Amino acid sequence: MFQYIVRRILIAIPVLLGVTIFNFLIIYMAPGNPVDMYINPDATEEDIQIKKEALGLNDPLYIQYFRWLGNILHGDFGISYTTYEPVLHIITERIGPTLLLMSVSLVVAYLIAIPIGIISATKQYSWTDYFTTTFSFLGVSIPPFFLGLGVMYVFAVVLQILPTGGMNTLGNEGGFLDTLFHLIMPVFVLSMGIAGSMVRYVRSSMLEVLGQDYLRTARAKGLREFVVTNKHALRNALIPIITIIGMDIPILIGGAVVTEQIFQWPGLGQLTIQSIGSRDYSVLMAINFSAAIVVLFSNLLTDIFYTVADPRIKYN
Amino acid sequence: MSMSNMKVEVDVPLSNHPSLEPANELGKEESYFRLIRKRYFKHKLAVVGLFVFLIIVLMALFAPVIAPGDPYDVNNQFEAKPSIEHLLGTDSVGRDVLSRLIYASRVSLAVGLGAVAIYVTIGTVLGAIAGYYGKWVDAVIMRLTDVFMSFPYLMVILVLVSILGPSLLNIIVVIGLLGWPAIARIVRGSVLSIKEMDYVKAGVALGFPVHRIVFKHILPNCLGPILVNATFGIASSIILEASLSFLGMGVQPPTASWGNMLTEAQSLTILASQPWLWLPPGLMILLAVLSINFMGDGLRDAMDPKRVR
Repeated sequence: MFQYIVRRILIAIPVLLGVTIFNFLIIYMAPGNPVDMYINPDATEEDIQIKKEALGLNDPLYIQYFRWLGNILHGDFGISYTTYEPVLHIITERIGPTLLLMSVSLVVAYLIAIPIGIISATKQYSWTDYFTTTFSFLGVSIPPFFLGLGVMYVFAVVLQILPTGGMNTLGNEGGFLDTLFHLIMPVFVLSMGIAGSMVRYVRSSMLEVLGQDYLRTARAKGLREFVVTNKHALRNALIPIITIIGMDIPILIGGAVVTEQIFQWPGLGQLTIQSIGSRDYSVLMAINFSAAIVVLFSNLLTDIFYTVADPRIKYN
Repeated sequence: MSMSNMKVEVDVPLSNHPSLEPANELGKEESYFRLIRKRYFKHKLAVVGLFVFLIIVLMALFAPVIAPGDPYDVNNQFEAKPSIEHLLGTDSVGRDVLSRLIYASRVSLAVGLGAVAIYVTIGTVLGAIAGYYGKWVDAVIMRLTDVFMSFPYLMVILVLVSILGPSLLNIIVVIGLLGWPAIARIVRGSVLSIKEMDYVKAGVALGFPVHRIVFKHILPNCLGPILVNATFGIASSIILEASLSFLGMGVQPPTASWGNMLTEAQSLTILASQPWLWLPPGLMILLAVLSINFMGDGLRDAMDPKRVR
């Protein structure tokens, strides 16, 4: 297993390099020139050329790539095209709210999906099963922005029991309950999409396990059905679910863009939309890059965790 | 399988030979598709999905006939409530919402079908190459899919579309160029297992060119999973386009898209006081995506090789 983990990490390295190359090429394609930031508008063509030479923009592409990669390794993501602040600083400010939103949504989604998936599997082809299947398809099919607008209309406009957006009520920063109140709607929207697909996975994974012989043995020795399903079956059914967590991360990040925009949640998703509006490609690429790193590492972690969780699997 | 080059012994009359009844033999050939069709139509939600999807396709094809008015025609009634004249009211510029809703189905279907056609082609070719040649070719292509899978889909698409300029064609191309990894993995997996089968080896031994073995002998056997994945892909591409257009990075007004018809509802006043502007397009996206997802589920069930009936 140790060998497998080492090999898995070694495989991740070329992928990581690929991510940086792809990322670099997109910045390179982007309109707007870093020189424009450093130079005043009435500079002559000669001045621009001198500045370009000094910034190394006339060097071959691969040298520019390695220089950019070196900077990133030092934590230098460059300077924002619009605010002239260091990009790293802008991003670290926004990462907290997004992590909060994403982690709460993930937990809520699983708390909804796992029980529903179990019930749906134990009562296969019953009305409950059809109902939950329809519900899960609804969760996957409803566009997050439409669901967002819908709950906002019901709870913030008509019933007026929830705030329309933001992370805190103005003038009341830092209150835990206040933030929790602001979390309800965005978390609902984000977790719906994940729960929808998760129910399907839990259901089919449970169905596979429920047909196994050792469960018949467990029933034969007189265990209650509740113990059989929720202890013997569920444990093994959840193992394949671990890999799904890794697959959910990119969906969460993408969903966060739309959800944060609707609910004015001050995280990376909202920053993405703002940066697209102001064509701030240095910020955009840093967000994309860090998101890709997060995805890569969460995949790596789930793969490793999977080998630990399931002793039956042998890797050679 | 063709019957024409089979040799039948002369002393037994063909009509008396039960096992060689051509109708029986051909019947078996056809029955796989018949079986799939039979299984598909047992899945009630999938049938409803197909029905709704066909209605949307007809709506897109015959938009000029069905729509009560011109989707671009600016009226002097702004933000009018639904009335007999404008069944779903008018938007902030005074355009008929119902007409725009009908025309917008064209955008969604174009993105869904166009983007998926592009990425299924790319994914199938890359997956087949990786699976068939194996070794370093496989390793390179699979690492490439890992790279593409590491980027959060919506974010990269947003950035690329904003660089290339938001337009219908660019959205189709960008989704098409980024969506292939899942298909590539599926095809590679199928090719890996199928290429070890004797009939493929027979093809190699007969000296058939590689493209014939891959496209004629191997790929038809991975059609099921590709088709299922493509169906779900159409649904998610429609959501993607709607999300991009909603965020202002997709199809640009005056062209109507279900997504950009919802953009205005980001303002609280419109959300609160003019539900006819955002409710119908949102429901249309939901209906289209839901029906396609049910179709995908029906196809998956029908083509499941583990299924007994």
